[in-house]
Amino acid sequence: MFYREAGDFSTTYPQDSQTFPIRFDRYRYYFVLAVALLVMPFVMTDYLVNSIFLPFLIYAIAAIGLNILTGYCGQVSLGTGGFMAVGAYACYKLMTAFPDVNIFFHVIIAGGITALVGTAFGLPSLRIKGFYLAVATLAAQFFLVWLFNKVSWFYNYSASGQINAPERTVFGIEVTGPNTEAWATYLFCLVFTVGAAILARNLTRGSIGREWMAIRDMDIAAEIIGVNPLRAKLTAFAVSSFFVGISGALFFAVYLGAVEVGEVFGITKSFLVLFMIIIGGLGSIFGSFAGAAFLVVLPVVLKIVGVDLMGWPTDIVAHFQLVIVGGLIIMFLILEPHGLAQLWRVAKEKLRLWPFPH
Amino acid sequence: MKMKLGTYAVAAMMAASPVMADLVFPSLSYRTGPYAAGGIPFADGYADYFTLLNERDGGIGGVEARVLECETGYNTEKGVECYEATKGEGSLVYQPLSTGITYQLIPKTTADGIPMHTMGYGRTSAANGEVFSHTFNYPANYWNGASGAINYLMSQGDIAGKKIALVYHNSAYGKEPIRTLEELSEKHGFELMLVAVDHPGQEQKSQWLQIRRERPDNVIMYGWGVMNQVAIQEAANIRYPMENFIGIWWSGSENDVLPAGDAANGYKALTFHGVGSDFPVFDDINTHVVEKGLAAGAGDQIGTVLYNRGLYAAMLAAEAAKTAQEIHGVADITPAMMRDGMEALEINEAKMTELGLPGFGPEFNVSCANHGGPGLVGMTQWDASAGTWSLVSDFSESDMDVIQPLIDEDSAAYAAENGIEAGCN
Repeated sequence: MFYREAGDFSTTYPQDSQTFPIRFDRYRYYFVLAVALLVMPFVMTDYLVNSIFLPFLIYAIAAIGLNILTGYCGQVSLGTGGFMAVGAYACYKLMTAFPDVNIFFHVIIAGGITALVGTAFGLPSLRIKGFYLAVATLAAQFFLVWLFNKVSWFYNYSASGQINAPERTVFGIEVTGPNTEAWATYLFCLVFTVGAAILARNLTRGSIGREWMAIRDMDIAAEIIGVNPLRAKLTAFAVSSFFVGISGALFFAVYLGAVEVGEVFGITKSFLVLFMIIIGGLGSIFGSFAGAAFLVVLPVVLKIVGVDLMGWPTDIVAHFQLVIVGGLIIMFLILEPHGLAQLWRVAKEKLRLWPFPH
Repeated sequence: MKMKLGTYAVAAMMAASPVMADLVFPSLSYRTGPYAAGGIPFADGYADYFTLLNERDGGIGGVEARVLECETGYNTEKGVECYEATKGEGSLVYQPLSTGITYQLIPKTTADGIPMHTMGYGRTSAANGEVFSHTFNYPANYWNGASGAINYLMSQGDIAGKKIALVYHNSAYGKEPIRTLEELSEKHGFELMLVAVDHPGQEQKSQWLQIRRERPDNVIMYGWGVMNQVAIQEAANIRYPMENFIGIWWSGSENDVLPAGDAANGYKALTFHGVGSDFPVFDDINTHVVEKGLAAGAGDQIGTVLYNRGLYAAMLAAEAAKTAQEIHGVADITPAMMRDGMEALEINEAKMTELGLPGFGPEFNVSCANHGGPGLVGMTQWDASAGTWSLVSDFSESDMDVIQPLIDEDSAAYAAENGIEAGCN
């Protein structure tokens, strides 16, 4: 009944190759977008935005970035935290060095700087593969965190080594600093998330994306049919780092406001984003969103249920949270290795036939 | 203050916040993770003192106190979530017990008009109340601690030409004393050696190898959580003389020295409040809290150093609330009134004796210009055979000639960065 292509005729090539070729799917997408843009800002509170929506939107960008590298191009990376730190520190340096330039451009340029750094760290991927590449990116993670802790130029020589986001506005409305409105920060991040998702979606189904997937599936075969592995791998690193850098910049400037590199962008962050794409689904833009939502919302829900509703001690709930999240990750890997995106695909398939499954 | 977009949001906010009938003291605690050893006793002490007030006195000024606990795991993201989740409940004062979360909350609490008390941690320059209107860090801060340690060493002998190592947690917290120690090393002519330990600090072999090789005359440590135990164990392993090893107050609890056993004997730590359970208030806690089965946590931390610190923090918060009630003449105070109470807080010996804590901490007055208190610092020493900490020096003044200019400089920089006009209103 739903998601049916019956009666949905494409008469032009662009119509046929659009992201959501099924009409119902397309309308659903427009509906979600409309709710996110036109309804959500009015119901946003400080609590909702800071505990759920900002982390969700920002992690979704990071997950899209890592998904391009790992899910589409098959290059395992454990350096996400480090690359997010590059984005954050680049954004901080830009914000303090050029206070008159709009924060919007700072975030984009921070993504660009991260893309350069990511490309540099992607060079070893031309020679090493699989686990060995994971170790090389792990080195990037530790090196970058060490660098931002060690060289005081990056944090403008402040005594504490912390970076603090100064107040910046977009169209006269504050989006960073303490006096921001919930809806303003939400919309600011939403614009980046939607932009990143549309960009990533169109890159991955174009010629570059096909090159990435060819490399992922079998790099020797890809090379034989004419895919340049140097170009494919380095563009994957560059595009992936660009997104990760944007997410790091937003994470620092809009969400946290003050950052200490070792604590915020440590190895746990790399693993968190990796878990997001594994649970969400490798090689799927929707999976990046689903994984980010799952790992952001689940702890909050568990906390609300455990502490606020059941009245359990906070430490018991915190321990349970680790157990449940860990258990779910194992369960997912066993029962649905393709992640939430696959569940969604199956659900769509079922809905298409519903209510007559045969 | 904030404006809301649309009446819908306003209605949702009003529906979400309950009617205030109690005094809410949020406790952003951490009972899990690598810093739990420090977080648990502090949270227990903080909660138990308010339970005592409720049980014995019927609350503060007749209004019940409610402790709202939220687990942060010493993690800034969770800290922010906890802050947002609890601020709508009429929270009077935040005590995050984490320098990282403090940095996060300084601008947020100021914008929301809720005071924050970072007792012996956080941003040191918040002592300048003309810039940091809603942040308090009385009665002592990190820079007092650094200077107190040097003063103590000077009282033991000449330190000119000596080599002093700082072993620090490589974070905002651990980096705080570096500037002060650098200034002091210039002033007094000792050589400063910096040894960083990365979070969480379970692996310190290379750092202590460095100390073994360079042989500093004294080691000062700014550590927290599991880092402390490891450092003391490593110091024992290289046979570093314990009496030359001084920890800041966050590196001087039972949890830190017990794992090293007898080897930790003689280890010293700074403090800004009394140690041990030899105070009348502990009898009350026993009668009104423990025997009624109301003790927070496992109830096994009573009388430990960090429990006492949590108790002290709660006592100062309760006294500030009382002061606020007196100033404004209402029992059910708001965060804004609480801020006034904290700024007018006076702690003297008579008050502490009345509370069952004679001589527990220094006497001090808070004012708008000085949110940092007097900065009196004492030294404690660990006796491994008796298993107790004892004070080995009086609470004495730190070198404000060095610290005050640093506070002025750092707070001026913050004011300039954030466009704050310094001044008392």
